[in-house]
This record gives sequence, C-alpha cells and structure tokens, in this order.
Amino acid sequence: MRFYEYESKALFRRHGMPLGKSGLARSADDARRIAGEIGGPVVLKSQVLSGGRMKAGAVRFADHPGEAAAHYDAIVPIVVNGQKCRAVLVEERSGVAQEYFAAITWDGRRKCPVLVFSDMGGIDVEEVAEKHPEHVSKTHFSSLLPVTPRIAKQAISATGVSGDALNRLTPIVFELMRIFLAYDLTLAEINPLARLSDGRFLVLDGHIDLEAEARGKHRKLLDELGIQPAETRQAREATPFEIAGAEVNAKDHRGVAGNVVEFDGNLGLVIGAGGGSLTLFDAVRKHGGRPANYCEIGGNPSVNKAKELTKLILSKPGVEKIAVMMNVVSNTRVDIVARGVIKGCIEAGKKPADVIAVFRIPGAWEGEGFKILRKYGVDYCDRSVSMYEAAGRAVAKMKA
Amino acid sequence: MSILVDEKTTFLVQGITGREAVNLTRECLDYGSKIVGGVTPGRAGRDVYGVPVYDCVRDVVKHHGPVQGSVIAVPPGFTRDAAFEAIENGIRLIVVVTENIPRQEVAQMVELATLRGARIIGPNCLGLITPGECKMGGIGGPAANTRQAYTRGPVAIMSRSGGMTTEIASTLTAAGLGQSTAVSIGGDAIIGTTYAELMPLFEADPETKAIAIYSEPGGRMEAELAEWVVAHESRLPIVAFMAGRFMDEMKGMRFGHAGTIVEGKEDTTAAKIERMEKAGISVAERIEEIPKLIQKRLAEKR
Repeated sequence: MRFYEYESKALFRRHGMPLGKSGLARSADDARRIAGEIGGPVVLKSQVLSGGRMKAGAVRFADHPGEAAAHYDAIVPIVVNGQKCRAVLVEERSGVAQEYFAAITWDGRRKCPVLVFSDMGGIDVEEVAEKHPEHVSKTHFSSLLPVTPRIAKQAISATGVSGDALNRLTPIVFELMRIFLAYDLTLAEINPLARLSDGRFLVLDGHIDLEAEARGKHRKLLDELGIQPAETRQAREATPFEIAGAEVNAKDHRGVAGNVVEFDGNLGLVIGAGGGSLTLFDAVRKHGGRPANYCEIGGNPSVNKAKELTKLILSKPGVEKIAVMMNVVSNTRVDIVARGVIKGCIEAGKKPADVIAVFRIPGAWEGEGFKILRKYGVDYCDRSVSMYEAAGRAVAKMKA
Repeated sequence: MSILVDEKTTFLVQGITGREAVNLTRECLDYGSKIVGGVTPGRAGRDVYGVPVYDCVRDVVKHHGPVQGSVIAVPPGFTRDAAFEAIENGIRLIVVVTENIPRQEVAQMVELATLRGARIIGPNCLGLITPGECKMGGIGGPAANTRQAYTRGPVAIMSRSGGMTTEIASTLTAAGLGQSTAVSIGGDAIIGTTYAELMPLFEADPETKAIAIYSEPGGRMEAELAEWVVAHESRLPIVAFMAGRFMDEMKGMRFGHAGTIVEGKEDTTAAKIERMEKAGISVAERIEEIPKLIQKRLAEKR
C-alpha cells in the first residue's frame, strides 16, 4: 500500500529525518500562505500515487507566493498515469550540490531485505546500475539479527563515498533501515537524498510502501497519518462494483467469496480459487470470451456468501450469463457453492438453468452438488472435462 | 522413494483445535498419516480425533519422542512464534498453512529455520503428499477425494497454488501417470522452499522421473529454477503450466495470491516462459497438455 509523499515525509519526520520546511496545500490560498510562511523560492509537488510527476508537469517552481497560488491551480487537474492529485506539497527550494539514492526492499530469492545505495541519485537507479555499476551498491542484511549502522556505512562506502559525507549519510540511511523493519514496509526509498550547497543533508523526496497484510498491525500509525481503512491504494482506484465485492467477502469470516475486479464483458465469472481463477480467466479469454469480472472463491465460503457474490455479479449491467468454475476442490464443498449460486440466481430473479452457462467444480462433496444442479437443470461437468474445455463451453453459449 | 515425507513420517499440528485444523487433522488421519500430537495453548489434556493436545511443542516432543514435522495452522498474528517454537524444539519440516503473514515475519521464520537446519514449506500453502504414504496438510482434501486425485508414480509436482496441485495430480492420474511427491509451495512473495530449493531433493529421488510445475506472474522463482536446471544439468524433464497470462498488461494489480503481481518486465508470464523454455523446460498452454508433454519428454530420453 503506497503512501503519498507527504505521508512518507510525516513518517520520516517522526523518526527525526532531516526535511525541508513544507506544508500541504488543498487550495490556491493555502499554497500562497504556505509559500509566504516559508519565504523565498518554493517547489510545488502534486501529491499523487505515481512516479513521473516532473515529466507530467505536476512539479513546478515558484519564486513568490502569487506564483505558488497560480501553480497550484495548474497542478491540481493533472492526472499522472491515471492517478489523480490529492493535494499539493509546497516545500522550501534548496540549492543542491549532490544527490544520493537510498532504498530498502525485499529480495524474494535471498529472502531478506536489501539496501540499495547510490551516490548518483535523482535519476533512475536501474539505469545508473547499468551504466555506472561502481556507483550502486546492493547490501543484503538479516531481518532476524540486530540491525546496526555499520550495514549502512558499508553500503554507502561501497560507492566510494568517504569523509564528512559518509558520516553524515550513515545515520540517515540507518534510520531508513529501521523504519523499513519497524512498519513491515515493502519499500522505503529516499530519492533524492541531497547534500545542499550550504552543507546540509536533506531528504527531498520519499516513497513508502506498507505491506497490505500488515495494515491491521500498524493501524495506529495509519490512523495518525489519516489513512482510512477503506483506501485500497491499488494501481487503480476500486470501482463501486469492486467495493461491493469486498463487502460481500467481509460479511462473514468463512472462506473467500469476493476479490472481484471489474472488466467490461458480458460473461460473469464465479471462479476460484487463487490459481484456478487465473487459469480460468486466461481460458475464457483464449476462447474469445469477454469476462465481466475476475473473482475468487475458496476456503469453503458459506452458502450466503456464494449467494451474495452471485447476485452481485448478475446485477452488473451487461452480464448475460455466469460461468461457475473451479479447479478440483479440496477444502471447498461443491454442494455448498452449488446451493449458494442457485439461490443467488433465484433471488436475482433468474432461472439457474438459463443464466448459468456452465458449472465445473469437481472435488469434495461433488455427488451432493451435482444432485442439486440436476434438480435445477443446470449444465454441469465433472473433472473429465478440463478447466479449459469448460471455459470453452461457457463461451460457446455466449455466442449462440 | 519420495521426498520429505513417507510412511514413517510423524508430525504434530499447531493450532489443532481451530476449525480448519480440526478438518485437516481428520483428513490426514483418515489418509493414514501419523499425527502424534497437537498444540493449542491452554487446551492441554483434550484430544482431537484421538490426537492428544498439549500446551507446548516441547510437551509433544517429550511424550512422543522425536517428531519430524509440524503443520502450523494458527492465525497470522501468531504464526511466526509458532514456527520459532517448532524450530527450537527440533522440528525439521514445518508446513505453514496460514495466509496473510507479512513477509518480514516470513523472512524471519525462514532465516531461523536456515540457521537451525530446518525447512519451511509455505506459508499460504496446502502442504505436501507422498501418495499412499503420507499427506501432510489440507492437500487433496478429505481422504477419499485425495485418493481419487493422487496416485503413486513417477511424476513430482511443485505448485504455487494449492488447488492447482490437486487439479494437476487429477489430470496426471487420469492419464495413468502417478506422482512421487506433490508439494504445494505457497503463494506468497517470500516462501520457505522454492522450486529450485526442492530440485536437489527430486534430483536425488530415484522414483521421480519428471516434474510438473504450476506457475504464476510475480517474483523470480521461475528464473531461479531455470538457472538451477542449466547449472546442474538436471536429469529431470520439467513441464510447466503458466497461469495469469492476462496479467501481463495489468501492471501493479494483484490477483490471486499475495505474490502474484506484475511490477516489472521480469514478473510477466511472457518473460518467465521465455526463460524457462531457454532452460529446456516445456511450457504447456493448458493443464490437459501436461501428461502428453511429460510422456513425450520421457520417451525422448529413452
């Protein structure tokens, strides 16, 4: 879950990181006032959950408060990579002598955190690593043993930085490592970390990603930063259909029936589980089908949950039929899903036999499940029909 | 032969009185697995289908001698400590079923396991099975369903999806190809044991003649496997199925498992398929192609 820059900086500030004077503007008047309070030249930066702000014109420089107010109005409407501007950060503008890069992330192969440091900050670190590998260091460290400043020192020193700069940078980078571990982050980045012409070191921009699984654990921090529990912070904002799917899933704790993602097709998908959903979604598309949604069921959801999910998908404009498909199930009961889906069709005012294009869920309690499906005249198949073939059968019905 | 578990394997279940754990215990016992004890703090003295419950892993080990494995099915907030407890009491094979554990905690579990010579399978997995000998975890579901899907034979399975492990086994079984050991390795960004880390075990297992793999977007696990196969000149033909091809154009969106997200080019199915094929791994377009691709590869070797 990505933080806005102002939220990242609020977290940095709590940990004593060196930051320039700044304020968050939610109106042109705010921008004018904050620029006046800072005094001197300022930079205005769109608060948006995307990189590429500078290129999009969403970062601008102002020499006086009037100019800051004008820039505010220019920045707010700019959409960067599909992400809208939430507010504008007005910050003191400083003369930069050198820029550094520091980031910590997880290395899934080594299964530990890795600190990436470069004395060529401000630009794309991957590019620097390619063209000037001696200016980028990658330092893995333990998530179990004590984390101490020597790790940061070694990482910085490995790029050739010495003298006063090494001693000034070490505590900042070390603190970034501590923040990374303290809040279950998946990314803690400072870029650039600047040495100013007046000799100070400042964090100019920061990027924080907190692991979705750890949101509950760090609720207090998120509350203090004003991050609402409902904010998904996905690559694109959740649609009302997707929010409704999450609500269905949250209704009771038994199993999963939700995680819906909206697409614009006519075939509703009631599919599962994690891997099965990916496989089936591909299969529908391979057959030329147009899915109305992605979703996941699994872990033996209740009849009610399967019913509500079915109703939600059937209520989506443009959905003509649904395909109910899973891999051979182990811990989900076929009869419970069958019962829920049929109830959902009936409550949505549809005939199960008409609206269910195909039902392919083999596995635990399939005998009971198939009995129910026969009773309602639903077209079903067992494991002798592959997932791919079942998807094909559903798509063929859409074309008929 | 097989890998990791066989008819002699004994294990315990941590969190045994929880709803899912009770089901899992029943299924494993019905299948013939040797569950010697369970742990739920404060519930010592009870039993679950005849399996005695203790407060601590220490007590299970004390009363039932050395125990090889543990299945951990406790809520996410307690999982790391449960794994630490198992490791520090000499358990060497730990299956973590629990989902939604922050990766820092997973990394810590894995690091301690490595320091102590233990192995973690998962988290977010259904465990593993050596058909006819031992089912350790929810893999395959109830015993009757498990026997229907899994039969004994020459093909190993490694899968990032628990459900798809059984789908593949069922497809292999229908084609007359049994399985040596099937491992649901888990769907998280950091897991205890990757494909490449299982390879030396399968390589050394005379019963295993080929491997089927289920794979997804996200992470570097397939690249790691491809490198291993080339570097060690593996004797085992591998057939992989790659799901989630539609995700290649949907950068930053998470689907299915926690580790399933395309952040960079390396995460895409296209890049993974290319790397695997370069390493001599056959990539199937559909699950039902796996048996014939394996048969073809086995015939080529003869």
